[in-house]
Amino acid sequence: MKSLEELKAIRERMQNQVNLRESSQSATRVVVGMATCGIASGARPVLTTLSNLVQEKGLTGKITVTQTGCIGLCQYEPIVEVMEPGKEKITYIKMTPEKAEEVVERHLIGGHPVEKYTLNAVDLK
Amino acid sequence: MMTELSLNILDVAENSTRAGATLVFINVTADRAADRLTISIEDNGCGMTAEQLSRVTDPFFTSRTTRKVGLGVPFFKYAAECTGGTFSIDSEPGRGTRTEAVFVLSHIDRMPLGDITATIHTLITCHQDTDFVYTYSYDGRSFTLDTRQLREILGDVPFDVPEVSSYINDYLSENKLETDGGAIY
Repeated sequence: MKSLEELKAIRERMQNQVNLRESSQSATRVVVGMATCGIASGARPVLTTLSNLVQEKGLTGKITVTQTGCIGLCQYEPIVEVMEPGKEKITYIKMTPEKAEEVVERHLIGGHPVEKYTLNAVDLK
Repeated sequence: MMTELSLNILDVAENSTRAGATLVFINVTADRAADRLTISIEDNGCGMTAEQLSRVTDPFFTSRTTRKVGLGVPFFKYAAECTGGTFSIDSEPGRGTRTEAVFVLSHIDRMPLGDITATIHTLITCHQDTDFVYTYSYDGRSFTLDTRQLREILGDVPFDVPEVSSYINDYLSENKLETDGGAIY
């Protein structure tokens, strides 16, 4: 069985590090819809992919990945919203782990929203 | 419709966090001899009134305002009952809510448990203000992850820093493997 001792060692290592996280105002927020609609259409692997990639790419200081409930667009789930300070919110719809990877590369790192996956790309009826 | 029981667990536990729970107990108990899989989720959130409780398994009832249906609890109930199992939910305003679903393990209509480790990991790392006590049992063997213990060791280091997050993931997956020997069901 994995023990809690290992966690103590991690704590020791972390203790000496200054808090690298920027204040919430300057951080980009990536929000995944995780109500019944989102979960049933595959939000969990999308969220896992996003948080893993943000960690792997060392972006945890400036990007936070969180979750929210249902925003009322259930037919477009899984939905991911990207909120950058001073910019208009980008809403990605019908997300998959593969699309999430692309969003990390091109939008979160590259700075250019992936238009074809956004809500703006569909005809709202 | 959910594709895994662990997604039902994620969904119902999300309701607990939205009800303002500070402590959520999640138990997953598989017992092959008894041919039962029991899943319970218990929280100390705001609870429900008798009126809300009486309608919670009705798919056309929800306390949300973003849409008119509430399918989470009905899905979970149906998933249990269609295996010949049982479902119960008890709640009291100000005290919290307890949900229990019992599945007939060998029933052909029982959904697979799915990636329970991902569900618990998601809950813990995305709800830093909520404590989770997760117990997984398989044929009498079990392990528990209590985030209150993690918090005591970590102090102000959050659960979503990469080192801690991957420790939690390893803890869950390694201990599950030792508990059930890698059984897939």
